[in-house]
Amino acid sequence: MRYLPLTGADRSAMLAAIGADSVAALFRDVPRAAALDGLLELPRAMGEIEVERALERLAAKNLPASTAPSFLGCGVYRHHVPAAVDHLIQRGEFLTSYTPYQPEVSQGTLQSMFEFQTQVALITGMEVANASMYDGATACAEAVMMANRLTRRRRAILAGDLHPHYRETTETYARFGGFEIVAREPDPAAADDLAALVDDGTSCVVVQNPGCFGEVRDFSALAAACHRAGALLVVVVTETVSLGLVKPPGEMGADIVAGEGQSLGNALAFGGPHLGLFAAREKFVRQMPGRLVGATVDAAGRRGFVLTLATREQHIRREKATSNICTNSGLCALAFTIHLALLGEVGFARLARLNHAQAVRLADRLTALPGVSVLTDRFFNEFTLRLGRPAAPVVEALAQRGVLAGVPASRLWPGRPELADLLILAATETNTEEDMTALAEGLREVLG
Amino acid sequence: MSEWSKALSGFAPDAAAEQTLSGNYGLQLEDPLLFEQDAPGRTGVDLPEPAAADRLGALRREGAIGLPGLSEPQVVRHFMRASQKNYGIDMGLYPLGSCTMKHNPRLNEKLARLPGFADIHPLQPQSTVQGALELIDVLAGWLKALTGMPAIAMSPAAGAHGELCGMMCIAAALEARGEQRRRVLVPESAHGTNPATAATCGLGVDAIPANERGRIDLAALKAKLGPDVAAIMLTNPNTCGLFEDEILAIAEAVHAAGAYVYCDGANFNALIGRVRPGDLGIDAMHLNLHKTFSTPHGGGGPGSGPVVLAASLAGFAPLPWLVHDQSGFRLIEQAEGPPAQTIGRLKGNHGQMGMFVRALAYIMSHGADGLRQLSGDAVLNANYLLARLGDALTASYPGPCMHEVLFDDRFLRDTGVTTLDFAKALTDEGFHPMTMYFPLVVHGALLMEPTESESRASLDRFIEVVLGLVARAKTGDGAAFHAAPRFTPRRRLDETAAARKPVLRWRKAPAAAV
Repeated sequence: MRYLPLTGADRSAMLAAIGADSVAALFRDVPRAAALDGLLELPRAMGEIEVERALERLAAKNLPASTAPSFLGCGVYRHHVPAAVDHLIQRGEFLTSYTPYQPEVSQGTLQSMFEFQTQVALITGMEVANASMYDGATACAEAVMMANRLTRRRRAILAGDLHPHYRETTETYARFGGFEIVAREPDPAAADDLAALVDDGTSCVVVQNPGCFGEVRDFSALAAACHRAGALLVVVVTETVSLGLVKPPGEMGADIVAGEGQSLGNALAFGGPHLGLFAAREKFVRQMPGRLVGATVDAAGRRGFVLTLATREQHIRREKATSNICTNSGLCALAFTIHLALLGEVGFARLARLNHAQAVRLADRLTALPGVSVLTDRFFNEFTLRLGRPAAPVVEALAQRGVLAGVPASRLWPGRPELADLLILAATETNTEEDMTALAEGLREVLG
Repeated sequence: MSEWSKALSGFAPDAAAEQTLSGNYGLQLEDPLLFEQDAPGRTGVDLPEPAAADRLGALRREGAIGLPGLSEPQVVRHFMRASQKNYGIDMGLYPLGSCTMKHNPRLNEKLARLPGFADIHPLQPQSTVQGALELIDVLAGWLKALTGMPAIAMSPAAGAHGELCGMMCIAAALEARGEQRRRVLVPESAHGTNPATAATCGLGVDAIPANERGRIDLAALKAKLGPDVAAIMLTNPNTCGLFEDEILAIAEAVHAAGAYVYCDGANFNALIGRVRPGDLGIDAMHLNLHKTFSTPHGGGGPGSGPVVLAASLAGFAPLPWLVHDQSGFRLIEQAEGPPAQTIGRLKGNHGQMGMFVRALAYIMSHGADGLRQLSGDAVLNANYLLARLGDALTASYPGPCMHEVLFDDRFLRDTGVTTLDFAKALTDEGFHPMTMYFPLVVHGALLMEPTESESRASLDRFIEVVLGLVARAKTGDGAAFHAAPRFTPRRRLDETAAARKPVLRWRKAPAAAV
């Protein structure tokens, strides 16, 4: 077996050094009744060629966005990732290292995390950020739990255009963590008056910008209303690229930002692994979940980086930790950092403008279709269409023609007839004029 | 103050450190932070400037973000230099106990990047992702067969997330039985995520002591069982590297008391192909694909933590569920009709697909025969370390051990050298140190897990160095240990200062007063 270096001779010599008759003898503490004597009835070892063939066969059964015009968003966006990103994250020193518990031999990871934390703080307009969470949805749940600790309250209000996966994840954590969720009805028109719901039992209000239907809003007034009532404002951002163009949560008075960072550096990957972004005001840092990297000096007086404020974390505080999170999304965060380093101020802002322009162009083309209207007033790179007939079969029909048209709202909010006609579409820099034509023509034909 | 924290407070600057003019040391190259290399207007990505478009109005960002401008060669060099300040398994032995730092095959990386896996969207029509769903199903089948468990939840994102999933399933099952059980028994040797997970589920933690054999004290456990106990969270093999040889009696007692057995599967590498947790009375267990099944740790993730479940817990599994019928594979993303017992959703989308591809490639490469061989080799390697180092270091418990071996710091008594010093001296010798100060059940723990990826020659080199360091410590050369490491990209770092006055991001230095 190509991954196993021990030879038969090695094994015999090592057993002799140990003083054991056989490898089986080393398993003598396993109860007889539970020890497997022979091999399980499962396939045997394969060479690289066979494994490659088998998995390529499965991959070929999928329709990737690289071969079909794709306009899907709703929390996962297809952006162009510069070639240098994947090259660098595959460096064995990054790829095959553990959590940086020994800082003297982990400065590459630690410095990159410090740069990641700085980038996330800058683009969200917040003071501090952690070294990543699993994904946006779990970051959202952790943000609510952090707000509960900070306010010593146990009720969170979730906006109706929060991504349903984020709401459902937070509801699961709430059910078992013993706190209350007020989940508002889906709100494609972004008309819900959340400030009116905030009272002295509210720990936080969670909003998403742009919302899951695409609407962009200014939450400054809501932040002020939250603060007057002693509550916090949590802003969720599922499309990081929007932060290159849209007023950032920090400037709206957000207390905590929970986001999804997949858009930078990371593939669609059928939904994972992605990376959660988590930023907050500096005064809240001791209640933050997850790892934090801090700057310090070494014994020779040189700048260096370490994991810090570990007394918040499970390996020190155990049941009193701020979260049970341990492994996070280190390598995805590294990809994010390299991609954003390549973009820089100029590139990031231009990428955002480009996305916005693409979406505006797409929206203009699609509203020219009879019976189709755009619901979203102010948007970044994603908007909602009303089709005048159920969207899911339309999307299915377009998929049969090789066009991935978008996400029918019914996929995320099933069983709601009032949303059945809605189709959520995103456009990014990866879409071509031909893609848009294929979508527009396909839609025209399918809508008949 | 923990033993580790105490050890770290011994930071002492070394004024006599040798310096080069550049700050570089041969192939160790320094580089300013990204933010210190900014030139306004510079970028490493060429994009067309789009035509003006505006559907944002007053919601546009005003003012600069503050991101630095670098070209591609600068960025490549920056991260290349950074990478060379890291130790990785690709370079050498990485014997971190309970972390299973095994070789990460590159075939897995290649396959995870196939467009058919990497470039598909989680919300595209399910008819267009049948191969992806089939892959998840095939992997799920392997994991169920290897653990002897009937059900599996694939979505948890890492080990601790899997623990949360398993404990929520248990809490939901108890709720469905109408029982109020709020106490979870956790062995003293448990990983910190176990008690933290119980707390996140709103459950209280009650520690159970180890016996003199480094295993759960069955009598103490029985004494703690009662109608308010929800579950025991144990690890098997445990974090002392020992198989819980009374596991069948433990499970029987826990079940008789109406509680569940959760097993932390971090150490499944020792058992794969040889013992099925389903035959040990375990009700729920997460698998760390980033340990046992070789998906790379990446400096701290991403991981993947599928949870296998007993039949009694299967109905509580989180959404989405994957089903297979005559029309193909289908995800159930919403609870359908009564009695929908699912705990609900635990994360966005369907799970860590990229990790599933890698883990399946790894499993198929080994097959049933290779998997059984690898657990045997992992256990053999650990026992070899125990046999060769047992006299010089102090083994905490007699062997045989499983895939990892625990030593404590009695061998350093009266030398003035601590476990931390010893670890730092190992880094100077070109090895990543073992896990230190964990588990907490012995003093100054040194927990070594060599994995099956090490050749005998590699272990022999490590053994020689460890024996040499022990001899050096015993000759009273404590100062050399306190000064270690000296040859790493950084010397010891002042962690106390880092925590006292946290600097968590780069900020432009204030302009000097004129």
